[in-house]
Amino acid sequence: MIRALLSLLFLAVAAAPGARAEESVVLGLSRNAVSISTNFDGSDILVYGAVKREVPIPGDSELDVVITVEGPFVPLTVYRKERRFGIWVNTQAVEVDLAPSFYAIATSGPFRSVMSHVEDLRNRVSIPRAIRSVGAPIEVEDAQVFSEALIRIRSNTGRYQLLEGEVAVREETLFSTSVRLPANLTEGTYRTRIFLTRDGRVVGQIARDIEVRKVGIERWLFNLSQNQPFLYGLLALVLALAAGWVASTVTRLLRS
Amino acid sequence: MQLYLPIAEVSVNLILLLGVGTLVGILSGMFGVGGGFLITPLLFFMGIPPAVAVATGANQIVASSVSGVMAHLKRRTVDLKMGTVLLAGGLVGSAAGVALFNYLKEQGQVDLLVRLAYVVFLGVIGGLMFVESLRALRRSKSGARPKRRSHVWVHGLPFKMRFRASGLYISAIPPLLVGAAVGVLAAIMGVGGGFIMVPAMIYLLGMPTKVVIGTSLFQIIFVTGFTTLLHATTTRTVDIVLALALILGGVVGAQIGAVIGARLRAEQLRILLATLVLAVCFKLALDLFLTPDELYVIARAG
Repeated sequence: MIRALLSLLFLAVAAAPGARAEESVVLGLSRNAVSISTNFDGSDILVYGAVKREVPIPGDSELDVVITVEGPFVPLTVYRKERRFGIWVNTQAVEVDLAPSFYAIATSGPFRSVMSHVEDLRNRVSIPRAIRSVGAPIEVEDAQVFSEALIRIRSNTGRYQLLEGEVAVREETLFSTSVRLPANLTEGTYRTRIFLTRDGRVVGQIARDIEVRKVGIERWLFNLSQNQPFLYGLLALVLALAAGWVASTVTRLLRS
Repeated sequence: MQLYLPIAEVSVNLILLLGVGTLVGILSGMFGVGGGFLITPLLFFMGIPPAVAVATGANQIVASSVSGVMAHLKRRTVDLKMGTVLLAGGLVGSAAGVALFNYLKEQGQVDLLVRLAYVVFLGVIGGLMFVESLRALRRSKSGARPKRRSHVWVHGLPFKMRFRASGLYISAIPPLLVGAAVGVLAAIMGVGGGFIMVPAMIYLLGMPTKVVIGTSLFQIIFVTGFTTLLHATTTRTVDIVLALALILGGVVGAQIGAVIGARLRAEQLRILLATLVLAVCFKLALDLFLTPDELYVIARAG
């Protein structure tokens, strides 16, 4: 009786809609939460997984893997400096509706050859696609340059990473890569997406979230500063007053 | 050893941070200045956002001023009445300064404002101090006595008040204005403003030198305290962890500085300080005038 129930259950699982795709992904993350504590100095995340298939490996095309890790999206303003009266001043500004605070994309080969333009547009995978619509004021003619600058600056500080060829794929089945999260992380949910592609076409995908949170005293202080700013200010004052008082008392005791 | 700052949202080297605190502490011990005018630019150089550097600098000065004023209270070298008048002006100035700061933050110009204010003030004060101390050094060699300048126009103003500890009977308007100017500076630059207030008290108000430092420290505690609160509630850029690290370094440094300061002559000390101030000013000015490597800046919207 139990055996019959189990086999029934097995059948139900096998027939579930997701499992019918020819190739699907089984994903593992070295960690599904990152804690920003006092001594936080960045973190490496290992993304690994396997391709599950009901049919033999198709022989006519190569399997490629694209992995993205994206931080919370926030609106930004990009300013351009110009020389005015001899000094450099922020003059023109372009607002970016939503830009990821962190974005890493790792691929198993050159990006253009592993994912077609259409798939990139549809899934917003490459870095320029991940930055949502740049709405420029009329007086700014070259708004494109502003979003390029955004990508350039953030690439230099490791906030945007294009890791072409960094995903290792074995036997068209196992894949893995590692993504470095920098120390200046923004809190929030970091979505990790995996795309399996063949001939630039997405044949399977899966997404998983990594929670990045300040913990302990860092979290408490940050929340207090945002939710109870007056109380936080008072705390800062009291700590400073106490520190000053202790310092002068200790000094006097040491000198006498 | 890295320390993650929860409000600045950057990770900095703890040793470096303590080093900056200690260095500024040494200077404040040697020269008897708060050191805020050095801490804020040094924090810029370390990559701390200017808004956080300014607000946290104000918080750090509260601590160093408290420890300074305790010693002066014991020696009765604080003119509480004068301090209160300066303070009244200071609170108004501080509120105006924070309002200006917030307005420019929305315009994306706050970096420029803070840097410009630093270049101008460090340049002027450093230059004056340098010239003054060179002259004093020459004078001490030739043996001539400095002449004390009289202050005339200050005595013609209305609303006269008696300041017993300073032995003065003058109008309340000049101290109010001096206080207000220092309040604005405290808000915009994250400094106590002692480097402006001390000369103003001596030359403009004619206060005796022995009560000047204590009174200025007394007033600075309240103005920077008020500024800290305003920044905490409006810009939300006060970083307690950063402030505590700086205070810790500063306490140690102040002791070392006091020992070094006792071994050097006053003129030599002042030339050293002036050189240092001018060097920081020069570095900040370079950033304003030279073509930057990156012409674009990213700021969080809203």
